[in-house]
Amino acid sequence: MYPLIKLKANQRGVIRALRGGHRFIARMASLGFTPGAVVTMTRNDGFGPVIVSVRGTRVALGRGEANRVLIVTPQGGHLD
Amino acid sequence: MTDERSSPVIALAGQPNVGKSTIFNWLTGLNQHVGNWPGKTIEQKIGTFTHNGRQYTVVDLPGTYSLTANSEEERITRDYILRERPDVVVAVADAAVLERSLYLLTELIALPVPIILVLNMMDVAEHEGIQIEPKVLQAALGIPVVPMSATHGVGMDRLLSTIEATVDGRIPYTPSRPHISPEHQEVAEKLKAIVAPILPDLYPPDWVALKLLEGDGEMIALVRERLSPEQWKAVDALLYRHEDAVLDIASARYAWIERMIRAAVTRPRVGQVSFTGRLDNVLTHPLWGMLILLAVLGGVFWLTYTIGAPLQGWMGDWAQKLADLSRQQLAAAPPWLTALIADGLIGGVGLVITFLPILIIFFAVMAVLEDTGYMARIAYLTDRFMHAMGLHGKSFIPLLLGFGCNVPAVLGTRIIETKRARLLTILLAPLVPCTARMAVITVLTPLFFHSYAPLIAWGLVTMNVIVLALLGILLHRLLFHGEQASFIMELPLYHLPNLRTIGLYVWQNLLAFLQKAGSTILLVSLLVWALAYFPGGVQSESYLVAFGHALEPLGRLMGLSWQALTALLTSFVAKENTIATLGILYGSDLAAALPHSLSPASALAFLVVQMLFVPCAATVAVIRQEAGNRWALFSVALLLFISVLAGILVYQLGAVLGLG
Repeated sequence: MYPLIKLKANQRGVIRALRGGHRFIARMASLGFTPGAVVTMTRNDGFGPVIVSVRGTRVALGRGEANRVLIVTPQGGHLD
Repeated sequence: MTDERSSPVIALAGQPNVGKSTIFNWLTGLNQHVGNWPGKTIEQKIGTFTHNGRQYTVVDLPGTYSLTANSEEERITRDYILRERPDVVVAVADAAVLERSLYLLTELIALPVPIILVLNMMDVAEHEGIQIEPKVLQAALGIPVVPMSATHGVGMDRLLSTIEATVDGRIPYTPSRPHISPEHQEVAEKLKAIVAPILPDLYPPDWVALKLLEGDGEMIALVRERLSPEQWKAVDALLYRHEDAVLDIASARYAWIERMIRAAVTRPRVGQVSFTGRLDNVLTHPLWGMLILLAVLGGVFWLTYTIGAPLQGWMGDWAQKLADLSRQQLAAAPPWLTALIADGLIGGVGLVITFLPILIIFFAVMAVLEDTGYMARIAYLTDRFMHAMGLHGKSFIPLLLGFGCNVPAVLGTRIIETKRARLLTILLAPLVPCTARMAVITVLTPLFFHSYAPLIAWGLVTMNVIVLALLGILLHRLLFHGEQASFIMELPLYHLPNLRTIGLYVWQNLLAFLQKAGSTILLVSLLVWALAYFPGGVQSESYLVAFGHALEPLGRLMGLSWQALTALLTSFVAKENTIATLGILYGSDLAAALPHSLSPASALAFLVVQMLFVPCAATVAVIRQEAGNRWALFSVALLLFISVLAGILVYQLGAVLGLG
């Protein structure tokens, strides 16, 4: 598993787990971040918040938040 | 609530950015009242409309992504539905992000009220290449579904007739509801059996059991308070063992949504970049996005200064003319009455009115930025700079526009979702040097510092920005214990702004300003007028000046004369009063008298205090309106302390350097 922040722009991943308290998890889940959902990194400039797409919604996440979303690659292999 | 038969109550619910307020505005027009939810700082909008001879009441619930008690908005929404039991809940979803925006429906549909689903923004969805068949969705959900494009008024008739039919019970209502995994269902049943006997009537036991499993703080507290210690222990143990249930429940809801929409929705091919995606490639780019943002902000300032400022000056002149006219008309009246009306009353009302042009521009800009979806991009771009102060990117716009005027800056903090970040932004806003303070600096600095004036003026502005940043970091650490506002923000799809929405937004905010802040400003300016007029009717012998004299010992620490102290006191009404008061107290030749009376060190201390001083009455009034008495007082005390401290430091340092 990788933290979501490791994805480069246009790479995709499948959510496996969320790390954090109930508040964080409930908030993320209500925005569509649940295990099994496909996320696409749309912008990751290496600094500042990232933008990802999940369930047709674009969401800006702080790097700390993106670090707490754990993903696997769609094929289950390694990230390039 | 009045008789239900005569005026059914419709509650509008929906996630943020789904166009809920556009629908509310279409339904009610100007028949709406904006206030606050009882005991909360969150806006409450209630309105009425008439359809086929029957009057309906519409309550606009706050925008929320879900109904777990994580935020004030969520608590208000669910408490309202459970306690007031509206006749119909209209759940508004964004057709362009259907899957995500149906999440709230999965929670609403579990509550004991009839629901109508509105698929809003059908036009935007089509633009993004998404096809939806509302009839198929209606068949799957078992509740009425109404497709709409509220910005164009499309689908309103259908919504009205569906509301009417639902209120009259003429529509079959057989909702499908999501199920959770069998394992967690079993736990939920156990919890339900324990808590059912002790729950107040308004809470459905099924729903409470689910909320407990989701780790809902409010429900846990409620149950804990009512259960015996042994029973609570059993509940607590169950919840601890099934801590993972929260994600399972959310996943189950999405799985249900996927089943519901599978047959009704056709999505564009994967890899096809949407309209919003193409725009965002440029607008959120670290370089191009920033440059475009700077250009947009430049445009806003240009608008404020070329239209707002002259209008403000023009209205001020008219107030002056009106005051002169009333003085002539009242020549025969007692002098105090003439002064009360001409200076106190007309002066005060004039002051309130001069804020209007800038506020209209400000509110219109805010509404356009929000309505198009660009505001979220600004927050995204600026978040990295605001982070150190514990602020969110959304604090940027209100603070920046504070350079125009602090009043809209404080009002503009409403776009910030978390209470903490909002309060912090409100406390910092008065440190942004507004145009009135800049005017004072522009007039006074050359009198003292001649050719060095631009450098000094630049230094003063920089000082304010630095003090703001330092205070931000400090308050964030001390008051809020460094707790980082997490940055999780939806970037809504771009769409064209709706004139009606913008117009109503400007109108309602102006009205609120006039009603609440306007009266406070008028009161304070009358009070200061009275202090400057009585006992003798001459300012140089008034109570205010006596007060200035009384402050002389403190003034000596900053090297300030009683005239300068009095000028600072009157700047509380409006910052630009400083110059007028100095003019009265030093006589007409201010340019000659000032440098003579204040040494360079004193002059610098005076300008520093002026820049950091207590917010003007109007700003205090809106802080009070937005955050309450306590925080308004705190803000005044804090800035009084900072400004006096800075004044003393600057003067004493200057004196040591031989400038005293």
